[in-house]
Amino acid sequence: MNIIVCISSVPDTTSKINFTDSGGKFDSDGVQFIINPYDEFGLTKAMMLKEANGGKVTVITAGDITIEPVIRKALAIGADEAIRINMTPQDSYSTAVEITNYLKNSPADLVITGRESIDYNGGAVGGMLAEMLDLPFINACNGLHISGDTAEITREIDGGIENISTNLPFVISGQKGLVQESELRIPNMRGIMQARTKPLQVIEPLDNVQLTISSGFEKPANKQDCKLVSSDNVADLVSLLRDEAKVI
Amino acid sequence: MSVLVYAESWGGSFRKSTYEAVSYASETAKLLRTDVIALTFGNESDDELLKLENYGANKVLTTSGIEKGDSKAATDLFSANCSDANMIIFPSTYTSKMIAPRLAAKLKAGMTSNVISTPSSVSPIEIKRKSFSGKAIENTKINTEKAIIILAPNAFGLVECNGSCKIQKIESANNTSVTINSQKVASGKISLAEAEIIVSAGRGLKGPENWEMIEELANLLGAATACSKPVSDIGWRPHSEHVGQTGIVVAPNLYIAVGISGAIQHLAGVNSSKIMVVINTDPEAPFFKSADYGIVGDAFEVIPKLIEEIKRIN
Repeated sequence: MNIIVCISSVPDTTSKINFTDSGGKFDSDGVQFIINPYDEFGLTKAMMLKEANGGKVTVITAGDITIEPVIRKALAIGADEAIRINMTPQDSYSTAVEITNYLKNSPADLVITGRESIDYNGGAVGGMLAEMLDLPFINACNGLHISGDTAEITREIDGGIENISTNLPFVISGQKGLVQESELRIPNMRGIMQARTKPLQVIEPLDNVQLTISSGFEKPANKQDCKLVSSDNVADLVSLLRDEAKVI
Repeated sequence: MSVLVYAESWGGSFRKSTYEAVSYASETAKLLRTDVIALTFGNESDDELLKLENYGANKVLTTSGIEKGDSKAATDLFSANCSDANMIIFPSTYTSKMIAPRLAAKLKAGMTSNVISTPSSVSPIEIKRKSFSGKAIENTKINTEKAIIILAPNAFGLVECNGSCKIQKIESANNTSVTINSQKVASGKISLAEAEIIVSAGRGLKGPENWEMIEELANLLGAATACSKPVSDIGWRPHSEHVGQTGIVVAPNLYIAVGISGAIQHLAGVNSSKIMVVINTDPEAPFFKSADYGIVGDAFEVIPKLIEEIKRIN
């Protein structure tokens, strides 16, 4: 089985988020980058499917050379090869178009993305890929069992879960549940050494289309300091919530 | 010209997120000086469909035979019925997030998600959205003739009006690409995504047997219950209650965190809450830096008092 995992390089969750050029661009200075956590669930699932069924796991990502450490980490976790599309992603559409260009020449049996990236939170690349490739698409996927050409998939729905079956090939956007947090893999020394020599192919974008423009960032208004209520006066909290905050 | 809005229902009933999306569509349609058309495919009764007029829908297009889990068939339905639409608006639901990106790719229309306000300009559409897991607000311009947006949860509110709408049955081509085997929707409980109040608890509760008081408090407030990641990882509470970065992202009016220290991964999932209350024995717990109100104290003393006080004022 030929599995493609789309990964995104994102600021570590604990990073302070700042912007340069009067709020025009994200300031990556001093920021530690990681594999997007939702993508890591998908990558781990891909490794397990490969171990059970044979085949190959390829990670693909759009970005400039600065994201290569994150790609090497994916290879150290166990992906067989990597593709970097040499571009600065402008919007979900531009990224999806270029990944589609690659997949049209190198078709996959299964394409996995994360539910969303924790930086821009677009959550759109998976669905766009599916449409461009004319494949079934399941998002917020928290369970996947493949046997032969058919798959049983569970997805989160609002307030519940839904069980769906479809045939390969298809696209999913995954999250926790695809594998458990405890099943995520930490690269070991052997993996890290092997990752250095695994193939990392750099390809150039073909279309350079962009449909939306990010035209500036601001930070949410600073919260007021927390009002502390003594544990002896719990009734005060209730009146604050009712009369001041007006939420109960 | 029109504004098209997806009206999602479960078990034949619309939820608050749909009324919110129709309200948003109605406010946006005023900016564009046009009408609101709602599109549904959930086998709703005419009585249910007419409820959309209370939030500003002028027309409802409705069909059946399409499953929400079939993103391809749903996308084809939208594509066949949006020739006149300048904006296509989706409520904050998992199904929306499955259809909207497909539709954007099919129509080659600019799409953005997590939207928190009506357009600040309409030509081109310029809109504010949440980004960096709530740590930033991003301004996005959509450069295409049609704009597709998905709202952020609980970001806009309901705007009621005295409107009237027509119902029009439409055809749907049925190109199924998937089979829906089963659906399990928790009944009788308030879903986290829809909840206006959430009572959430963490390891500070010391064991699953102590959740009774959390549930009692939630019941009194008409709230949903949630938990922190460690608590779902050790199996004290189901995974479906885990709010935070890798769990469910919520945005209630009131979030009460009991015995949760406030790790950054947890805050990333709850920082869009309008008001946050923290109850924790540790005055140094990071949650106090983000919260609006706090009590430094033992949950086992504070929660029973809180329950008593809320009973008293009710």
